[in-house]
Amino acid sequence: MPLTGGVVRPLLELAGLRKSYGGLDVLKGVDLAVAPGELVFVIGPSGSGKSTLLRCCNRLEEPDGGTVIVDGENILASGVDLNRVRQKIGMVFQAFNLYPHMTALGNVTLALRKVQGMARAPAEAKARDALAAVGLADKQAAYPIQLSGGQQQRVAIARALALEPKIVLFDEPTSALDPELVGSVLAVMRELKAGGMTMVVVSHELAFARDAADRVVFMDGGRIVEQGPPAAIFGSPREARTRDFVAKLAERS
Amino acid sequence: MEDGWARFVFAYLNPDVAAEWGPKIFEGAVITIELGLATIAAGLFFGMALAVLRASAPRWVGRVIVAFVDVFRAWPPLVVIIVLFYAFPYVDLPMGAFTATWLALSLVLAAFAEEIWWAGLQSVPKGQWEAARSTGLSHLQALVWVAVPQAVRMTIPPLVNRTIAIVKGTALGSVVALPEILGQATSASSLAGNPTPLTLAALAYLAIFLPVVILGRWIETRFAWKR
Repeated sequence: MPLTGGVVRPLLELAGLRKSYGGLDVLKGVDLAVAPGELVFVIGPSGSGKSTLLRCCNRLEEPDGGTVIVDGENILASGVDLNRVRQKIGMVFQAFNLYPHMTALGNVTLALRKVQGMARAPAEAKARDALAAVGLADKQAAYPIQLSGGQQQRVAIARALALEPKIVLFDEPTSALDPELVGSVLAVMRELKAGGMTMVVVSHELAFARDAADRVVFMDGGRIVEQGPPAAIFGSPREARTRDFVAKLAERS
Repeated sequence: MEDGWARFVFAYLNPDVAAEWGPKIFEGAVITIELGLATIAAGLFFGMALAVLRASAPRWVGRVIVAFVDVFRAWPPLVVIIVLFYAFPYVDLPMGAFTATWLALSLVLAAFAEEIWWAGLQSVPKGQWEAARSTGLSHLQALVWVAVPQAVRMTIPPLVNRTIAIVKGTALGSVVALPEILGQATSASSLAGNPTPLTLAALAYLAIFLPVVILGRWIETRFAWKR
C-alpha cells in the first residue's frame, strides 16, 4: 500500500490544519495525506486532538486554518456545497447516533431520499443491500432500541456506506460497546478494508490496528508526533511519547 | 331531609327544565367543539411554526419570538379575549365573539406550544444533528426529519396537558357573549329561573373533555418510547 508521495493522488489531504477553542489550541498544524484504499489508524491520549482532526475532515468542526482536500476538492473553499461534499465522506460515531424514531431501514434511507432525491423503492433496495453488507439483512424493521450496541453501530456503518462515500471516518467506533460486541463491528470494518474502502480510524483497538491498518499515526498535543507502519509504531517507536503511550495501551488490553 | 333533597332535585336536576333547555346546551356544545378544534389546529400549527423558525432563523428573529411567547404566556387568556373583542372594532377590524376567543386562545396555545417544543428541540442530542449533517442533510432537513419528530414525541405529556388546559378556556368566551356551552347555560338558567342548565353544561363539558383527557393519556403511553 502506498504511503504518501507516490504517484497516487491522496484521497484525503490535510495541510497545516489548525483548530482552537477559546484560546486552547487543539490542532496545531496537522499535515496528513491518505491514499485511496488506505486504512490510517489514529491513536493518542485523550485531548490529543484526534477526534477534532476527524471532525474537521467533514467540517462538523470548522477548522481555523489550513486546508482539507477530499477527492481533489478543497472543502474549505468558499462557496463549496458542503451537503454535496459530505456525501463523499462517511462518518461513524462513538455513540452510533442512530435516529431512534426510525427503523434500521429508515435510518439508512433518510439521506438517500432527502439528499440524493431517490424514490422510495430504489432507496429501500439500496438500503437493504447496505444492511445485508453489514450482516443485518433481517433487522431492517427493527428500531435502534431493539438492537444491541454492535448491531446499532453496524446500522450506522450501513447508513454511511449507502451513500457510496469515497472515504469513511470512524470516531472511536467500538469505545461504547461491550467487549463481546466489538468483534462484529471490527469484522465489518475489515471487510470494508478488503473491499478497498479508504478509512481513517480513531480507536484504541490495538489488535485491529496491528493487522488491519496500513499506517498508524500517533498524535499528542495537537500534532502528529510519529507515524509509520503498525509494526514500527507498536514495535519500535522512535519517540519517547509514542513509546509511553503504546506501553500504556498495551497494558490496558 | 326529604324536603331538602326534593328542593335540590328541583333546582339542579329538574327534568322539565332539562328537556326545555337541553337543545340550547347542545347548540352551545357544537360551538365549544368547533372553537376547541379550531384552537388546537391553529395553536399547535403556529406553535410548531414558531419553534421551527426560532431553530433556523437568525438570532434576532428568535428574540422576537421569545418576546411574543413570554407576553402571551404572561397574559391571562381572559384578558386577551376581552381586549381583542372590545379593542379591535376601534381599529376597523370587526371581530365576533367566536373569532376573538379563537384568536386569543390560539395565540396563547401557540406561545406555550412553542416553548414546549423549543425545549424538546434543545434536548435532542447533538449527535443526532451531527449524524444527519454528516450524511449531507441541510440544517432544515435535519430539523424537519430528525430533530422535530423526536422533540414532538418527547414533549407529548406536557403538550397534551397544556392543550387541554387552554382549550377548556373556550368557556371564557361566555364573557364576550359567545353562545358556547357555559354562555348558553347561564342565559338559560336566568331565563328558566332554575340552575338545571348549569348541570347540563357540566355534563356536556364532561362528555367533551373526558374523552379528550383519556385520549391524551392514550397518546402519552402510545408514544412513550425509550432512547
